[in-house]
Amino acid sequence: MSPPALTVDDLAGDVRRIRRERRVRRCFTVAASSTILVTFAIVATLAVQAGAFLLDVEPSSLWSDGWFPREGKFGLPTLFVGSFYITIIAIVVAGPIGLAAAVYLSEYARPGVRRTLKPILEILAGIPSVIVGFFTLNFISPQLIQRIFSGAERGNLVAAGVGVGVLIIPLIASISEDALRSVPQSLREASTGLGARKSTTVIKVVLPAALSGIVAAFIVAVSRALGETLVVTLAAGAAGGAQMNLNPTGAGLTMTAAMANLATGSDQVTGVGNAVKSLYLVGALLFLFTLGLNLVADRFVRRFRQAY
Amino acid sequence: MTTVNDFDRPPTQPITGADTVDGAVAGNEVSPREVVFDVEGLSVLYSGFRAVQPVNLDVARGEITAFIGPSGCGKSTVLRCFNRMNDLIPGAQVEGGLRYHGVDLYDPKVNAVEVRRRIGMVFQKPNPFPKSIYDNIAYGPRVAGTKKKSDLDDLVERSLTKAALWDEVKDRLKESAMGMSGGQQQRLCIARAIAVDPEVLLMDEPCSALDPIATARIEDLMREIKTEFTIVIVTHNMQQAARVSDFTAFFSTEVDSNNDRRTGVLVEYGQTGTIFSNPTDERTENYITGRFG
Repeated sequence: MSPPALTVDDLAGDVRRIRRERRVRRCFTVAASSTILVTFAIVATLAVQAGAFLLDVEPSSLWSDGWFPREGKFGLPTLFVGSFYITIIAIVVAGPIGLAAAVYLSEYARPGVRRTLKPILEILAGIPSVIVGFFTLNFISPQLIQRIFSGAERGNLVAAGVGVGVLIIPLIASISEDALRSVPQSLREASTGLGARKSTTVIKVVLPAALSGIVAAFIVAVSRALGETLVVTLAAGAAGGAQMNLNPTGAGLTMTAAMANLATGSDQVTGVGNAVKSLYLVGALLFLFTLGLNLVADRFVRRFRQAY
Repeated sequence: MTTVNDFDRPPTQPITGADTVDGAVAGNEVSPREVVFDVEGLSVLYSGFRAVQPVNLDVARGEITAFIGPSGCGKSTVLRCFNRMNDLIPGAQVEGGLRYHGVDLYDPKVNAVEVRRRIGMVFQKPNPFPKSIYDNIAYGPRVAGTKKKSDLDDLVERSLTKAALWDEVKDRLKESAMGMSGGQQQRLCIARAIAVDPEVLLMDEPCSALDPIATARIEDLMREIKTEFTIVIVTHNMQQAARVSDFTAFFSTEVDSNNDRRTGVLVEYGQTGTIFSNPTDERTENYITGRFG
């Protein structure tokens, strides 16, 4: 009574099951590739249309002293200055507050307090930016900025920058807090055991150990500030076009606000033929800026990473 | 043999510790022991639950005192009272007397930061800062106010030499401490702890993450520095306690009949030779002979 010989077919398994397994795998692969595909589609559209615009446009008009697409003035520096001011002001406002909030939540808040505050912070991060835009235009600008800077216009770059700052405080606080909390407790114990005070431990050990995460938080925040549209469209004071303006208390236009105006406003009706196409050029530049920023951040984070 | 009945005493009474130590002092007439820590009825509660029953023992200068016992017996918890590290644990509460040179460490006026500058600690897992070797050692002195480069250089060299690490790392002081081996990292942590010139070194299972060779080096090191620093070590490893310590405290767990939770108790405390060769308590004997734990 010897057992029947074992053949390869006995171990081949159920064919239908194997096919189903392949189908499942294909579904996930398609889902994953579609995100990459969409990104490439966006990049390709931006590049092609921006290229077409560049071939069409009078090169000198890109350096005009203002951004008035319907008059054929595509002064890119005007938009760069606007975006630069907004981003710097937003980070100056949100950086210290967000980081301090993160340190409080991670290092000082008692568990109960933290459990209450963290969700509130996350709700704050979800406030629609149009609401922050109105708040900026109707409160931050008249009640704060116009009182501090007497010559400020109602819609001005400082107010919009502060508004964007308000918007990104939760972002900085939340990501930084995660970075701080991922610092092992053993490092805090080591520092405490050496006779360091709490504040010393936080500043000399915890913050440096979380540096890469904190830098990442700031980079994400800068990207967000650069890309933020509604607050600046509503509160930066320029609709449709803006004169080159180096005074932050005056009205200004950012790259995003210029795009929003072009895409929604009446400009496309009456503007010269290529006005709408300029949108693609600005979009492509914005995309390049954020991409470059993320690459720099990545290298920076890797270089300064303190592995533990 | 009255000690056998000691366990029937209510837990607020001394168990065996005080008596045994007094006996030891009397027997040692050459040089009277200078008591550094006087522990009387020390007990720790976590969120109201008593994790360690009152402990009585004392720790003398220039000696190595070992706390041994199975997991969860409270030996680390007691050790962490000695430099107020339990302050970091939310809900931890310390009762009873813990005097350091006669001063109650839990007196409201006592600043834990000052305590920790005199009583250093080495932890179970090597925990160097993600900084250079130099900056690791210089951290404590800098925090304590030493600013001058030459003083710091000096301290770094001296501390690393004492920790038997200088020759291995003197050419790479600026490199990250994270690149060292586990044994080197632990010796670095010892060097870092002695760089602030504490009187006492608390070591919480300092060799449990190390291989036998690295462990032997740490043990040699402990014997070398014990003239300068009073050492209290928590260890799982009974051979280690037998090899390095002068006094041994054996902790065990007891099930609290009221709530069915385990608490730590100090079973026996005395000279290491006595604990290992002639323990008075059956549980100590069972543990050191490997019958449980």
